Amino acid sequence: MAYLIKGAHVVDPQVGLDDIRDVLVDGKEIVEVAESIEAADAEVIEGTGKYLVPGLVDMHVHFRDPGFEYKETIATGSRAAAHGGFTDVATMPNTDPVTDDGAEIRYPSDRARKAGLVHVRPMGALTRGEKGESLAEIGDMVMEGASAFSDDGHGVQSAGMMKTCMAYVSQFDRVVCAHCEVESLSGNGVINSGRAATRLGMFGWPPLAEELEIWRDIELCRSTGCALHICHISTEKGLELVKAAKAEGLPVTCEVTPHHLFLCDEDIDDTYNTNLKMNPPLRKRSDMEALCAGILDGSIDCVVTDHAPHAKHEKDCEWEIAFFGTIGLETSLPLMLTNMVGTGKMSWSRLVEVMAVNPRALLRCKPVKIEAGSQADLTLIDPKREIDVTEDYFQSKSKNSAFLGQHLTGVATDVLMAGKRTLADGVVVA
Amino acid sequence: MLSVKHLIDTTSLTADDITQILDTAKSFDPIVNARTIKKVPALRGRTIVNLFLEPSTRTLKSFELAEKRLSADSISMGGSTSSVVKGESLADTIQTIDAMNVDMFVVRARLAGTPQKITENTDAIVINGGDGKHQHPTQAMLDLYTIREHFGHLDGLKVAIVGDLAHSRVCGSLAPALKTMGADVTLVAPPTFQVGDPSWFGCNQTNHLDDVIEDMDVVYMLRVQLERMEGAAIPSRREYNRLYGLSLEREARMKPNAIICHPGPMNRGMEIDAEVADCARSRILNQVNAGVLTRMAEMYLLLGGEE
Repeated sequence: MAYLIKGAHVVDPQVGLDDIRDVLVDGKEIVEVAESIEAADAEVIEGTGKYLVPGLVDMHVHFRDPGFEYKETIATGSRAAAHGGFTDVATMPNTDPVTDDGAEIRYPSDRARKAGLVHVRPMGALTRGEKGESLAEIGDMVMEGASAFSDDGHGVQSAGMMKTCMAYVSQFDRVVCAHCEVESLSGNGVINSGRAATRLGMFGWPPLAEELEIWRDIELCRSTGCALHICHISTEKGLELVKAAKAEGLPVTCEVTPHHLFLCDEDIDDTYNTNLKMNPPLRKRSDMEALCAGILDGSIDCVVTDHAPHAKHEKDCEWEIAFFGTIGLETSLPLMLTNMVGTGKMSWSRLVEVMAVNPRALLRCKPVKIEAGSQADLTLIDPKREIDVTEDYFQSKSKNSAFLGQHLTGVATDVLMAGKRTLADGVVVA
Repeated sequence: MLSVKHLIDTTSLTADDITQILDTAKSFDPIVNARTIKKVPALRGRTIVNLFLEPSTRTLKSFELAEKRLSADSISMGGSTSSVVKGESLADTIQTIDAMNVDMFVVRARLAGTPQKITENTDAIVINGGDGKHQHPTQAMLDLYTIREHFGHLDGLKVAIVGDLAHSRVCGSLAPALKTMGADVTLVAPPTFQVGDPSWFGCNQTNHLDDVIEDMDVVYMLRVQLERMEGAAIPSRREYNRLYGLSLEREARMKPNAIICHPGPMNRGMEIDAEVADCARSRILNQVNAGVLTRMAEMYLLLGGEE
């Protein structure tokens, strides 16, 4: 099947493109990029007034499959990803069973191929069962296609174990993605410590619990040489540590979620809206502002959603027993467009770096460039189309969004994944 | 009429609300404390459910007596007798009771925010009888009543709240209520027991009881929850008593007219020495008596306002 995307504003900093172009796709590849293309056999996708970018990548999602299929499956998660404009996602290994050997890597890959809506790049666990006690079969998982390694959901509590993990991973060309949390400090914390915890009468999850482990893992990176990626960074101080490591030339990167960019603990009011309960928690306004500055100035490498689906009964309850997390795949791009690009704070090419180029490189996937010969993973964005974030808007099996009720401007309308159309004018295909 | 529909926290009460509650409670005083027949028909035919999801004796019995004295029909459900222990969700529990058409829930819960959550699942009025580490507004009202009875006013008084502030719903509701009424509040605790953000309450903060005790009009001792001692926020009962306990020696240094309060139950010999608990300054039993009066006032004002 051939597609001709006509008249879109093409943005790809990898090839220095930021202009109106026609793009012709045939089979799985881009075959031509030019100012004007005629191709009688190709189906035309009208791109006038829209932006065409390399397919978006979310390197931190939870698809809950296997084990928690009532929250999300590879199939429903794939629909959410396509609906949100993504061509690639990296699934976290904290399923049941945990993704900690080669066979467990094959499962999500096979299911995703069957769903055929998004490239799923499964991450493997660092330790067996994510228990933090012994090495998972990391080499076996690399050979089966694991994209990176993480015990996300927990920090590896033992510094010695984490050192072993990073030293072992350093023999492969893979990144260790660290969920940083010293559990003896976060304890029973369910909300940022300080004013919010005091006001609402709950145990705090202090910034120090995150920052101390970021510091530890940066030192382990220095010691082992293993590439380190800090998951869902949430505090100003943590970001300062990453900046200092980068300035030294250490292979350290980090990611931020839209909820840590656009929400803070002041948004949690007396209604105890459990969709705002996160791990790490929403932090102070000053942290949020520092993270926004960091995604603009290059010290934060990518935007991820930490897409964390939960069933209604797991959120419709008292805050202290509600599950942590928000879904994010279908609001990530609209939030970035509304709050960052639409306000003129972020350029389109920076958006492409943080939502496509950088995460793809961190997952060690082949670059996707808008030039002839590249794989046709493409996202077409209408910067003016408006959406109301309601439960009905979501393709995800779960509806626990921190952004319910918001009105956003800018959304993906069409997606090609390896030349296959997975989103057509805002509707998921198949 | 109060400015709120429910009594969830003291931070949403105005000074006028608090004054109304205290004045109404005062009007019940001759009925409850002087008459032989301690009962008025004010809430006859109204239905109140005391939903106590966490064990409680004094708060539950205080509410039950207050309900009887207002002639309300009330039932009490405990966490161990309710289907909550069978894994029923809060929303289901509330909707089930609500289907029997009740007018008011009085809620005691282990988890912060439970009373607020209940308001989302019923049209009935909700009174918070203590939720987790969050708020205990009816305790604050009885404390204010007791203090006002002694001094005749609240504004300008200097009040020290001493103890495990970090885990205390009593402090969480008392401190803001005192501030609203113009009192000056000092929070006294070891650093490991201090509140996360004292500036929110607009309170003074110190680790040294001895530095402030001579200036205080009210010394409010909190119960140290012995079950919270694991995790080593304080090393021992003995050391806590030595540093923060209200001893006879410290009591002797208080202002002549100053009083001592405690929400109970007390750990005699830990936060308060036995002789001090029973001394002339102690208002601990007055607080218990005020509990019935102020809870009557709260239920009367919240339910009566609908007539």
